[in-house]
Amino acid sequence: MTLPDAGTGRRGDRRPPVFLARRSYRRRRMMDACRMLPILGAALWMIPILWHPADTAADDTAPGIVYLFAVWIVLVALAAALSRGLTRALEDGEDEGG
Amino acid sequence: MVPFDLLVAGCIAYVILLFAVAFVAERRARSGRGGWLRSPWVYTLSLSVYCTAWTFYGAVGFAARSGLEFATIYMGPTLIMVGWWWILRKLVRIGRTQRVTSIADLISSRYGKSNLLGVIVTLLAVVGTAPYIALQLQSVTLSFGVFAAASPQGWALPDQGVTAIWVAAGLALFTILFGTRNLDANERHHGVVIAIALEAVVKLVALFGVGAFVVWGVAGGVGDVLAKIEASPIADWPLQPGRWIGLTFLSAAALLTLPRMFQVLVVENADERHLATAGWAFPLYLLAMSLFVVPIAVVGLERMPAGSNPDLFVLTLPLSEGNGGLAILAFLGGFSSATSMVIVAAIALATMVSNHIVTPLWLSLRAGGARAAGDVRGLVLTARRLSIGVVLALGYGYYSLSGGSEALAAIGLIAFVGLAQILPAMLGGIFWRGATRVGAGAGLVTGFALWLYTLFLPSFGSSGLISAEVLVEGPFGWGWLRPQALFGIEGIDPLMHAMIWSLALNTAAFLIGSLLSFPEPLERMQGAAFVHVFDQSRGTRGWSRGGAEPEGLLVMAQGILGGEEAQRFFQAAAVEQGKAGFLPDTTPDFIDRLERRLAGAVGSATAHAMIAQFAEGAAVSVQDLMAVASEAQQIKEYSAQLEAKSEELARTARQLREVNDKLTDLSVQKDAFLSQISHELRTPMTSIRAFSEILMEPDLPEPMRAKYAEIIHEEAIRLTRLLDDLLDLSVLENRKAQLTVQVANLHDLIERAITSASSTRPDRDFTFHRDLPTEHMAVYTDTDRLVQVFINLVSNARKYCDADHPELTIRVRRAGARVEVDFVDNGSGIPKKSQSIIFEKFSRLTDTSRAGGAGLGLAICREIMANLGGTIEYLPGQGGAAFRVSLPVRRGLTRAA
Amino acid sequence: MGKRVLLIEDEPNIIEAIGFILARDGWQVASHSEGTAAIEAIRREAPDVVILDVMLPGRSGFDILNEMRADTGLAHLPVLMLTAKGQVKEREAAERAGADRFMTKPFSNAEMLASVRELGGVA
Repeated sequence: MTLPDAGTGRRGDRRPPVFLARRSYRRRRMMDACRMLPILGAALWMIPILWHPADTAADDTAPGIVYLFAVWIVLVALAAALSRGLTRALEDGEDEGG
Repeated sequence: MVPFDLLVAGCIAYVILLFAVAFVAERRARSGRGGWLRSPWVYTLSLSVYCTAWTFYGAVGFAARSGLEFATIYMGPTLIMVGWWWILRKLVRIGRTQRVTSIADLISSRYGKSNLLGVIVTLLAVVGTAPYIALQLQSVTLSFGVFAAASPQGWALPDQGVTAIWVAAGLALFTILFGTRNLDANERHHGVVIAIALEAVVKLVALFGVGAFVVWGVAGGVGDVLAKIEASPIADWPLQPGRWIGLTFLSAAALLTLPRMFQVLVVENADERHLATAGWAFPLYLLAMSLFVVPIAVVGLERMPAGSNPDLFVLTLPLSEGNGGLAILAFLGGFSSATSMVIVAAIALATMVSNHIVTPLWLSLRAGGARAAGDVRGLVLTARRLSIGVVLALGYGYYSLSGGSEALAAIGLIAFVGLAQILPAMLGGIFWRGATRVGAGAGLVTGFALWLYTLFLPSFGSSGLISAEVLVEGPFGWGWLRPQALFGIEGIDPLMHAMIWSLALNTAAFLIGSLLSFPEPLERMQGAAFVHVFDQSRGTRGWSRGGAEPEGLLVMAQGILGGEEAQRFFQAAAVEQGKAGFLPDTTPDFIDRLERRLAGAVGSATAHAMIAQFAEGAAVSVQDLMAVASEAQQIKEYSAQLEAKSEELARTARQLREVNDKLTDLSVQKDAFLSQISHELRTPMTSIRAFSEILMEPDLPEPMRAKYAEIIHEEAIRLTRLLDDLLDLSVLENRKAQLTVQVANLHDLIERAITSASSTRPDRDFTFHRDLPTEHMAVYTDTDRLVQVFINLVSNARKYCDADHPELTIRVRRAGARVEVDFVDNGSGIPKKSQSIIFEKFSRLTDTSRAGGAGLGLAICREIMANLGGTIEYLPGQGGAAFRVSLPVRRGLTRAA
Repeated sequence: MGKRVLLIEDEPNIIEAIGFILARDGWQVASHSEGTAAIEAIRREAPDVVILDVMLPGRSGFDILNEMRADTGLAHLPVLMLTAKGQVKEREAAERAGADRFMTKPFSNAEMLASVRELGGVA
């Protein structure tokens, strides 16, 4: 049995609770994801404290820069991916318990 | 080489552009065509005030000295922004529901609207920001200096101090012009925001331009740059884990607590949804701003002569490579960074100073307090303008005192640490209901004091406010109190030392103070309102009982919001309650809303104190709090629904009652009307009949005959006029009046009315106050009818104004597609109980003056205005009898059919 | 000396008319044109007949009449009430208040004169 489309399903009378619960569930997890992003970012960005660029002879500064910016781009991309869903959540007022 | 005068010309042209852009944006926003001004992109770009000249120029220097450490300054804000759902969304929501005007207001409002906390935060902000403004002035003068020195014509810069003065004065002018247009902090400063967004673009383009030039123009592409990095001294940068973590944390805190960031993030936020965009777009902006920092530093170190200042590589590198145009662009980028920071910081600080220091001081010094406050609006605006001047003067003073020393360059991070002291009180306030005012105060004072002692004062060097002796041996020789090695713990980086001690003890004082103290009811309520900002279906109230006198509140609100705005607010509230006119019932709900409205203008503490003067004894008590304090969510929601329902029922009941009253009144009125008509007709008839019988007698002397004939004639005319009025009224009431719509100048109509009305009590010497320029306005309506209304109002004033020196003020205002004409005299006005009946037929309030016909004048006026598609209303709280005539500028022709 | 009549009425033209009619018949006519100080005026003038309008500025004629009837000195002073409203309930109210005669405006001069004469005990 497949779920009917949001607006058209004739059997929608029965199914919507499941559908809505699922959508709202997704949104709640997106909110969680958004809250976790800073933690992820902080963890990745704190890794350099294990480096010792001044004490090693290896060429490690240029890769270090690349690493920093790569983390940065990942964070931006993830935030951008979440932003649309969270905007809808804001519009629907599903923001209880912030 | 760039001729120096070309640079100055470019700079001036750029400034003119900024003024023009701000001006146009204000104009468009005012005329309601500024939808794009509220786009999330403008919001995102406005956040770029985070990137000041210190980051624009200084990041390269930072990188040249400490390698990748510069990136921490951008990493902290990035982490806060991508997690916007957590803190920022809550701050923005609180800012909107509580109408927060500044970060000082946020703290003050959260902790029971305590103005003392507002003052502490304001002082902290001023002390922390003034040097920061000095740093911006320094960067502009330094960059000017670079061009002057490189100029072949030997353009000697007259004096760096003079440049700084010009820059400071120009910024003050811009800020005053566009930053104090409206009093309400929740109305956006569109002009400022759009100018800053433009500057944000210029900054980015400039840095990108220089970066691209360096990577592909000077060096040989990306690979070459990476190789150069490994070969440069930067490759061996010392990574200090403590500073790495500490600076990231510090910059994250700064995004939340810097007054200018709070201003753009929270106060200027037009829509919560913008955060969703800014949450990724602003980190992207920061990424872009830092992308070319290391390449520029590396290439600069390689190409520039040894000993040249790496802080200015962004400028000197293109200049020495002969690319003058790019150098000018870089200069404008730096100029943009400096000016946008100063403008927003000045607005934020001026709001704090005027709302938390000047206005409360002024109100407490005045006899009568808020009740006799008068024109608070003018006061606050003036205070704000002066504060902007003072803030910039402080910045300039600091600049000239420090003489462009190195101490200034370090001030950026020092200011971050200072303002981060607000963080515990702020985060504690929005996430922990147990945070109290005592705790917040203790934390702030502890943090502030430690910051001053361990970081700010030592930053002036050993010749400054703290002597070398104290630095080395501690005060009074107590080694454990050495400013940079508290409790004998040595060897930490001074910045980290100060940050850890001040924030740790700040937080400890905050927690202990909160745990040990007991909050007042208002504090607990505000705490609940802040922490549970997202589940307030019913909202919390600061006022448990109503009953304040509405007219007094209106007078006070007019003093703060301005007459028009306050009247609109009161009228809307009255309509919502199902009442007509300008005076709603002062329910707790209404008082609460009014307080928030005022808080948007003068801050929560002042607004609360002013309202308290009127609603004495109505402030929330412990018992009232019980309902709020109940944490059982379900009960809360259920009772919220019930309350909403019962409120709706009460409103319906009130409306029904009013309709019923009206119907009863109508029937009584009908009887009274007939009886009145009978009276008004019979009275002249009596004289006519009596004298005509007398005239019928044969032996009457001739002079008497003539006199009595004259009386009969007069009374017949009176009768005719009454009948005319009655017929007129009946036609108007049935909306069947023939209107002759034509165009006319409102000024001429008022002039005509005043001339015609001068025959009423011509013995009275009447003074008119008018603002002639505003009166010149074309109206398209039945001019004769409108003049009839004006004549009525003016002659009523002539008749009934009981002042010794009667005066009548006529004000004309355009409100959208309508025009409002106010007639205000200086008499004792109309008592409140009579205000609702003056427009009824035969409602003469006094019987003393018989000159005025039968008391149909205002009733006819009301009907005329209804026919013209307008209204006439009594305007309470104006210090005399006041009427507002409101009509469409263009009367539609529909009624003619 | 003719008898005295006090006319309490606020319309100057009506005062003029009634004054003319009564003066010609030999009455001494005084007038008072508002309600609040009417009782004092009656005490001062000590008239033989009072003509009292119902609609007066400050105080209604009924109130004045009520106070007169409650006052031993004025209780028996003949009062002719005038009203321009001309409704039945006005007449009833006037009788209840103790008016000796009630006339509706406009009135005939002859009738007015006859009423005053009768109230003043002039044949």
